[in-house]
Amino acid sequence: MPAETAARVGPGRSPIGACGEIVSNAKTYLPRDWGVQPPYLYEGYKSTVTRSPRKPLVPLPQTLSELTGPVYGHDAVQAIDADLTRNGAVNGQPLGQRIKVTGRVTDENGRPVPGTLIEIWQTNAAGRYVHKVDTHDAPLDPNFFGAGRFVTDADGRYTFHSIRPGEYPWLNHDKAFRPAHIHFSLLGPSFVTRLVTQMYFPGDALLPLDPIFLSVSDEDARNRLVSRYSVVATEADYALGYEFDIVLRGRNATPMVA
Amino acid sequence: MADRKVTQTPGQTIGPFFAYCLTPEHYGRKGIAGNVMAGPATLGEHIRITGRLLDGEGGAMDDALIEVWQANAAGRYDSPGDARDEVPLDPTFKGFGRCMTDRDGCFTFDTVKPGRVPGQGNRLQAPHVSVIIHSRGMLSHACTRIYFSDEAKANDEDPVLASIEAQRRPTLVARREDTPGGPVYHLDIHIQGEKETVFFDA
Repeated sequence: MPAETAARVGPGRSPIGACGEIVSNAKTYLPRDWGVQPPYLYEGYKSTVTRSPRKPLVPLPQTLSELTGPVYGHDAVQAIDADLTRNGAVNGQPLGQRIKVTGRVTDENGRPVPGTLIEIWQTNAAGRYVHKVDTHDAPLDPNFFGAGRFVTDADGRYTFHSIRPGEYPWLNHDKAFRPAHIHFSLLGPSFVTRLVTQMYFPGDALLPLDPIFLSVSDEDARNRLVSRYSVVATEADYALGYEFDIVLRGRNATPMVA
Repeated sequence: MADRKVTQTPGQTIGPFFAYCLTPEHYGRKGIAGNVMAGPATLGEHIRITGRLLDGEGGAMDDALIEVWQANAAGRYDSPGDARDEVPLDPTFKGFGRCMTDRDGCFTFDTVKPGRVPGQGNRLQAPHVSVIIHSRGMLSHACTRIYFSDEAKANDEDPVLASIEAQRRPTLVARREDTPGGPVYHLDIHIQGEKETVFFDA
């Protein structure tokens, strides 16, 4: 599955109409960086063939509709929501290696993104999701649900505890297994800063074989999806620590002129 | 123009197994948002928006997440990004909804018709809902909008609709049907193919 041989069709761009108008006094967001974001069509990931928009994206000037977004703050979450070793426990601890994951959410300008909601979900240690349509023949863990949510602090930082997710097979190609990963969903400050991504683990032998990971053609950007093992984040006698920083879209220095 | 220092984190597909986290009602848990966005006390015209999400072969996309964001009936967003205090907030209306498509690819939102909000050059935009589609098979999410068929005059004046070639505009306009239960707007979203919905680079 070499990335070099797979078709890459990035979203095209139509010419922007020259209206010369100030769209809003609020600072607009930098564009989605299609040199970094994965394309809609990546043939190594077979489901993209019928699920990829093919016509050029239409440029959308950022109006109030794009410069706003829902806010779910600290009142929307509880402390236990950030501890997946406890938030699904029925009669004991979940099986597997306990981990602590911590990181910082910033924008492209390097500024912290405080008070933003992060939602995460993952398999249990055996590579099985709680999800009702996951039919993988691996055991469920009665003490592990695998979902959590939390809000970044004033410096954009977050921390959660969990267990290391397992690898699991999928139907994309012969002997396909997904590398271990944790799904991340971030709202950010506006509807256009929405980001859904996956965090991987360092040294995973499946990463160079995974078309979803390889769909990010920029090697530096791709490798930033891999968390770092951290002695600092590790909790003595309790949990291995990993660091995973996330960068959302930044802001333009001046109001957008369309 | 931009003091860009670091590059964006790439997106990755939401995959097929997000529901127990993002739309977890069937798992006995409460998510942050569902597809019933308006309560009995919410001001404005109560409406339903419904349709199907279809792939390039016309097949139902039965495992996708549709997210919507809209202004309230007065045309105010419940967000720090909308500081127009002269336009009232509605404490019963957040304006954000989530729906996982069902086995037929159907999605439904019970909401209120949004008011008009300013757009380019402070001209009013036609009432619309912003939409994000996430799915297995989509490495990056797709952005679109839903407009309303009974707003013909506002739609004609809308700068965003005007920026789209005329034959593709109908892919964004939901058809109003008046039913005994209230107004229902219908719009299918075609990810690919001859009837491909207009998707935006916002």
